[in-house]
Amino acid sequence: MKRPLFAAALVLSAAAAHAFCGFYVGKADAQLFNEASQVIVVRDGDKTVVSMLNDYQGELKEFAVVVPVPAVLQKGQINVGDKKIFDRLDAYSAPRLAEYYDPNPCERRAYEMRKDAVAMSAPMPAAAAPQSSKALGVTVEASYTVGEYDIVILSATQSDGLETWLKQSGYRIPANSARALMPYIRQNMKFFVAKVNLAEQAKTGFRMLRPLQFAYESEKFMLPIRLGMANAKGPQDLIAYMLTRNGRVETSNYRTIKLPANMDLPLFLKQGDEFRNFYKTMFGEQAKKEGLRAVFTEYFWDMSWCDPCAADPLSPDELRKAGVFWVNRSDADAPQPVPLPGRPGILPRPVPPMGGGAQPVMLTRLHVRYTPETFPEDLMFQETKDRQNFQTRYVLRHPAKIEPDACAEAKPYLEGVRKRQEQEAQQLATLTGGDINAIRKKMVLPPVPPQKPWWDGLWGNGK
Amino acid sequence: MDARFFQIAFQAALLTLGVLLRDFSLLPAQMALCLVAATLAQAFWIRRLNLHGVGYLSPLITGFGLSLLLRADSLWLHPFVAMLAISGKFLLRIRGKHVFNPANFGIGVALILLPGAWVSPGQWGNDLGIAVWLVALGATVATRAHRDDAAWLFLGVFLGLTAARLFVLGYPLERAWEIWSHQALNGALLLFAFFMISDPMTLPDRPAARRMHVVLVAVVAFIWQFVLYRPSGALWALLLLAPLVPLWDAIWPGKRHNWHGNRPLQNNVAMQGKIAG
Repeated sequence: MKRPLFAAALVLSAAAAHAFCGFYVGKADAQLFNEASQVIVVRDGDKTVVSMLNDYQGELKEFAVVVPVPAVLQKGQINVGDKKIFDRLDAYSAPRLAEYYDPNPCERRAYEMRKDAVAMSAPMPAAAAPQSSKALGVTVEASYTVGEYDIVILSATQSDGLETWLKQSGYRIPANSARALMPYIRQNMKFFVAKVNLAEQAKTGFRMLRPLQFAYESEKFMLPIRLGMANAKGPQDLIAYMLTRNGRVETSNYRTIKLPANMDLPLFLKQGDEFRNFYKTMFGEQAKKEGLRAVFTEYFWDMSWCDPCAADPLSPDELRKAGVFWVNRSDADAPQPVPLPGRPGILPRPVPPMGGGAQPVMLTRLHVRYTPETFPEDLMFQETKDRQNFQTRYVLRHPAKIEPDACAEAKPYLEGVRKRQEQEAQQLATLTGGDINAIRKKMVLPPVPPQKPWWDGLWGNGK
Repeated sequence: MDARFFQIAFQAALLTLGVLLRDFSLLPAQMALCLVAATLAQAFWIRRLNLHGVGYLSPLITGFGLSLLLRADSLWLHPFVAMLAISGKFLLRIRGKHVFNPANFGIGVALILLPGAWVSPGQWGNDLGIAVWLVALGATVATRAHRDDAAWLFLGVFLGLTAARLFVLGYPLERAWEIWSHQALNGALLLFAFFMISDPMTLPDRPAARRMHVVLVAVVAFIWQFVLYRPSGALWALLLLAPLVPLWDAIWPGKRHNWHGNRPLQNNVAMQGKIAG
């Protein structure tokens, strides 16, 4: 279900927006992709904190998740987090639509911009099923109840044994899991297995399962996507928020590319769900173009500022909740966005959330659509030293409303607008693989003046 | 004809292909500056050391190599690294033979010391077509340089170890094949094999020693990547092991490679006693 979180109309003076004067009027958030899993990976050196969000829809008692982890985790290394953090990261980094107004070519005065922003919420994934006893080369290394989850950490010597153990223990894991589990066992990894403790779940009062988080040290900077493919039907989406200290994160064993962005698109994208639909189609088209073999960067930015912000940057407290262990809690309650003096309700653009002695947090948002055939290996990552910001931002340009005979500049201006709109239509068609004529129709392009044939006037008499 | 002409042509073709088809995050200006800086550095050292018979193919190859592999978020990095790489070639010599492959040395320095530099081992993707092209083109170059054994030997050992790993990890055969071919078709790996480790100037002179060294590089690259789980194993292995080459040459002396009919640079330099070592 789509839940608009807020809608606001703001005015920003041109003076306050010298570097960038667009506004976000729409977002294509993670919820759009209903087969999408969301995960936050925080990493510095070998220290890693992973948060996984389950938008599990089935019966809670049947829910189970199996995650290979590098070592037996202590209870303190496991946490049940807050889904809000995912929503915040999503809102902050989602693909966005910015809106500009052409200045009136007749009166060169500073222009105004308006903004409506609509943000939506939410994501999903899930794995297999529930519990029991008996060992077939399976050792229960530890078991905890954390929040609404019953967690066991297993080590195993053979994959058949592990599969059998899980099934006997009531976990509903897909057939052929043994084959998928084997390589992890051979790499000496442990298995983090969680199911829902219904009594505890009832106490929490949440309908949704809250995200599981775990902190560990490992030289492996990876996400085990292969395990979830056992029960996959068709392509799956994963949105990964990678939080690091030095630079952009990319996959080292697949291509990581940026989505086409920062281009002008037709104005009708502002209406209703048009932008969301555009983004969804566009992403699908681009992923298909790459043969579902590439990882897409949707966003990369130093989180201490944004320009402008699609949503407020996360506070140090929120960052810590996301697992960013190098951010100090001390200035937690400091920098809420403060309305600009004399302009109630207007957010200043760059919001420094980290306070004094800020320690950098870089956010890379990766979006991948994969199938078992196109992604034969787990995702391996590397942190680069790249610090060039990137956002999937699309621009709407409102033409100035003037008559062609308003002034000398008006006519060439309006001609320019027409050309621009045609380009926008073509741009959109190329990005989404859509029908150019349908787009033109939707844009209600202003009547094209009857074109004179090229030879008109060649002989001097117009015939 | 000098095998390096082929190499330059192929590198240029690959780069064009990559920039056009592969969304390399490489700016044309970065590439241009890189090539110019490498050439200028070469000119500087030729003049400074009063060398004769030394051409400008080598800086072009280094410049293309750096453009193909190194990524940067600034404009100054590529030319700076190109100058370091070429200068390293002239200054870091033992018995007249340069220790490091210039592009490899430049990339290593950039990754360790310079801000805003990285390599993207996954950027080539695994498309069969590209891989086959790389192999075909690279093989031509390497064969012409009479060091084809290095490229193939490296690939054989490295990919053999990867296959063995998959077997040990117990993947079912078809899955293992999928993963192995994914790894074997990594463009960066093939590029390394055919354009970097096969550089005859920085491998041991004697064939047996050369093979041993290549095997060593492949093993270290494998350990780097699959035991220590760090990316770009091949680049680091070549860099780390390069200082051993003079040792192998001292133990097993052999005939030095000569790119063309001209007087080889090394002997030239050694004769004139211009460079320590």
